[in-house]
Formats: sequence, structure tokens, C-alpha cells
Amino acid sequence: MTSLKLSEQKLGWLLCLPALITMITVTAYPILYAFQLSLFRYDLRFPDSRAFIGADNYLSILSSPIWWEGLLNTVIITVCSVSVELLLGMAFALIMHRAIVGRRLVRATILIPYGIITVVASLIWKFAFMPSTGFINSLFGLELSWFGERWSAFLVIILTEIWKTTPFMSLLLLAGLTLVPEDLLRAARVDGASAWQRFTLIILPIMKPAIAVALLFRTLDAFRIFDTVFVQTRGAQNTETVSIIGYHTLISRLNLGLGSAVSILIFFCVLFIAAAYVKGFGIAGTMTGEEES
Amino acid sequence: MSSSETGFDRFCWAAGSFLAVLYALTPIVWILSLSLKYPADLGDNRFWPQRITFEHYRTIFSDAQFPAALWNSLGIAFISTILAILIAMFAAYAVVRLKFAGRRLFMAFALSVAMFPPVSIIGPLFNIWRSIGLYDTWPGLILPYITLTLPLAIWTLAAFFREIPWDLEKAARVDGATRFQAFRMIIVPLAAPGVFSAAILVFIFAWNDFLFAISLTSTNQARTVPAAIAFFTGSSRFEQPTGSIAAAAVVVTVPLIILVLVFQRRIVAGLTAGAVKG
Repeated sequence: MTSLKLSEQKLGWLLCLPALITMITVTAYPILYAFQLSLFRYDLRFPDSRAFIGADNYLSILSSPIWWEGLLNTVIITVCSVSVELLLGMAFALIMHRAIVGRRLVRATILIPYGIITVVASLIWKFAFMPSTGFINSLFGLELSWFGERWSAFLVIILTEIWKTTPFMSLLLLAGLTLVPEDLLRAARVDGASAWQRFTLIILPIMKPAIAVALLFRTLDAFRIFDTVFVQTRGAQNTETVSIIGYHTLISRLNLGLGSAVSILIFFCVLFIAAAYVKGFGIAGTMTGEEES
Repeated sequence: MSSSETGFDRFCWAAGSFLAVLYALTPIVWILSLSLKYPADLGDNRFWPQRITFEHYRTIFSDAQFPAALWNSLGIAFISTILAILIAMFAAYAVVRLKFAGRRLFMAFALSVAMFPPVSIIGPLFNIWRSIGLYDTWPGLILPYITLTLPLAIWTLAAFFREIPWDLEKAARVDGATRFQAFRMIIVPLAAPGVFSAAILVFIFAWNDFLFAISLTSTNQARTVPAAIAFFTGSSRFEQPTGSIAAAAVVVTVPLIILVLVFQRRIVAGLTAGAVKG
């Protein structure tokens, strides 16, 4: 009995080992390296002035309005897009699950935007809204320079995000929806439960873990938004997100010290969001299957 | 009463399906029509092209940059998917089926990697890849893609694996099958729908990535489609490459649509085959 348990221990870790080694080599090691860099004055344009400066990089970022505006922009984009996506994604998941006419085609079609490269989606929407090439202005009789103002640029960025990632949300929700036993729904229908009652009393509780996971992944993903903003505005008109700030500091200005500090701060923001979700939904228990034992 | 309700239901689902299809396809049709416009018509602010030309497609394929990027994207995304799913399947199986100490810790670690902001490691990876010769190579992109998709793959697979009737495995082992035989003959077919769902997610992540692609590559040797399209230049300095970008966007969307259709069929087939529950 003991040896059986011991071999189970060994086998468990053996099976997890390849995943563990890969993840440690490509994320844990570089993030420690980034943390080390963040404590130095280290600008690739002036490599000779490299010096240990402790928390100075962090202090200069946290006292700069650029960081706080970037954070606010990121939060606005995240909250707006994820909340719309959840509602729309649930509707799509139900349609994908229930569609009677051409179900396979409907499912596949709904999934298409998710498979479109984000850069491509951003360009599609950019071309549609740009006064020079777009049809939106002429369609609605507007004379708007969409990317010339902050709020309208935000609107296009958020619309692009929603269009592109709602299918991802609905795919994860569909995975949960398929776990709902048809017999249970049929029985509830026979017992006189309305469609809304079946949805809120049977489908939603069973789907709760799927919803939690979908929300968690989408929130974290939206918070790291980079491609859409980079392609559509490059951060102009005060639409910079935290990832754009990080990229510009690291790659455009080659300031490895300051850029790494931005990276570490983003990492902690993300950690905070995840912790909030895990506390709020009890995701950890669901994910490790602890509730079953 | 109940039959008329069914008829109304059917109408609602059909209308919903139609709206969803419209939502998904309108932007695709827009980029297609833009790619077919004559260069002179690109600024006519119309949705549909008035005259049709394939000039932009000829342009992107006569240049070396785009075909190379397409090849890089396909190769890198396929290899990343196969390796990530393979690695994740072992881990997800272990987490769901084996009661080993530390599996909670393992999942927590995977969670922290899933949360990982890619922008945090592009600086260090840029430096490291250059010193060990991975900069601007396929493995240089495949490695971060595998890593960042592993958590998603492990989580998705674990969620699916948890729903599998594992008693069948026990029964097979009672009948004399080894643990690996039981896994291969009983569990793999049951797990296929989940595995394909996870594979779609991983492939699309790798196919989609932009940040690593612009940070860790510099030439046609490994530069993928997103990076290539974002930095497309016109054939002359004074020409806006709108048409070329639109054509390239259409070309990279085609394999994706095919992929979604193929995987969709297998997922549905797998789901119905997995109805052994009853």
C-alpha cells in the first residue's frame, strides 16, 4: 500500500516534470533577471553609466503621471470589453449549443474572429474607421477623425477587442455548457420550469467554474492589451496602456532598467487581479479538484 | 401550445444564429472587399468594391517577405501546438488522476505562468536569445509559445479530464491492462474532444502572437505574419500599403477558416462519441 502510494507520487511528478522545466526556464528565470535589471540604472544607449540604484526606478515610475494614466486607460479598456464580452459570449455559447439551422456552420462561423490574428483584426477595424479608407463615416454621415481623439480612439479599440475575443469567451463557456445534462433540462421542462428558470437554476450553477475560468483568462488577457493599441494608435491621444509603456521604455528607448521596473509592476498588477478572482470565485479549489476529495 | 412554443423557439434561435454570423463575418467581408479594390478606389469610402482586381495579391506574393512570413507562421504554430499539447496532457492527467503531494502547488505555479505579462520577459529573452543563438530562429519563438500556452492547455485539459468516466479505466485495469494501456485505449479516445479544444487554443495563440514576434526576430528567417503585416511597406515610399495589407490579411485568414471548420467537425464528432456517460 505504501509503495503503491510512493510510486503514485513519483509518477505524478514525473508526468508534470516536462511542463515544470519548460515553464521555469522561460518565465521564472527571465522574470528574476528582469527584477535584477529593474534595480539598476541601465540604458543600452549609455551602457557605461550602469549602476545599482535600488528602488529609484520604481519611485520615478510611481511618481510619474504617465504610469497612472496608462493604468487608468488599461483598466477602462479591460472593464468595458470584458463585461460586454461575458454577456455577448454567453449568448453566443447558447446559440452555438442550441442552433438548429446549420449548427455546425454557425459554430464554426462564430469562432472565426477568435482565430483572426489580433494585428489583422486591429487593421480591419482601423481601415473601417479611418476617414481616408473607411466606410463608417460615410455610412453614418459623420466627419469624425476617430483616431484623433481619446474617447473615439478608445471606442474603436474596445470594439475591436470585443469583436476579436468574444468567441474565445463563448468557446470556454460552451465547454461548460456541454457538461449540462440534457436529461436534467428535459426533466425541468416537463416539470414546468421556464426557459429563464432552466438557465438560472440549472445551467448557470453547473457552468460556474467555466464562467470563472473564462472571466479570469479574459480579464488577465485584456489587462495585457498590446497589439490593438500598438496597431491602431501606437499610444497616441493618451491611449497608452501599461504594456505599451513597458514596450516603449524597453525596446524604443532601450532603457532596460526602467523598462524592467515597468514590467515588474505590471506583473504585480496582474498578480493582484488573479488573487482577487481566486478569492472571489474559489477557483483554486475547482482547478486542483480539491473539492472532490 | 407546446408545439407553437417550439416554433417560436426555433425562430428565435435561427434569428440569433443569423445575427451572430453577421457579427462574425461583416469585418471579414469588409477586408476582402478592400483587398479587391483598385488602388485608386481604396479611398472611395464604400463598403463594396466598384471594380475588382487581384493586383494586391500578385504584389504580396511577388515579394519575398510575405511568403516567408507565412511559412514561418505555419511551421512555428504547428510545432508549438504539438509539443505544448503533448507536455500538457501528461501534466493534466497527473493532476486529475494521481494524488501526489504538491499538485495544488503545481497548478498554482501554472496559474502564475498563465497570468504572466509577456512584456515582462521580452527584455531578458532578447538578451539571452542573442547570447545563445536563439535570436531570430524558429526555436526562439517556439519556446516562449509553448511556455505561455502550457497553463491554458493544462487547465483546459484538466477540466475536461475531470469529466471523463474514469471507472472505465479502472475496469480496464481489472481486466489486466497496464496503466499506460488503459490511458491509451480508454482515456485518449474519451479525452479527444477536450484535447482538440485545447489544441485550437494553443495553435491560435502561437499564430496570433505579435509582441514576441517583433521583439525576438528581425529577418525573414523567423519573422511571422503578424509582425510582417504590421510593418509592411509599400512598393514605393510614397504608396500607402493598404491594399497589400488587406490582401495579406485575407490570405492568412483562409487557412484559419479551414482549420476552424476541420476542428469543429472533430469536436462535434468527439462530443457525440463521448456520450458514453449514460
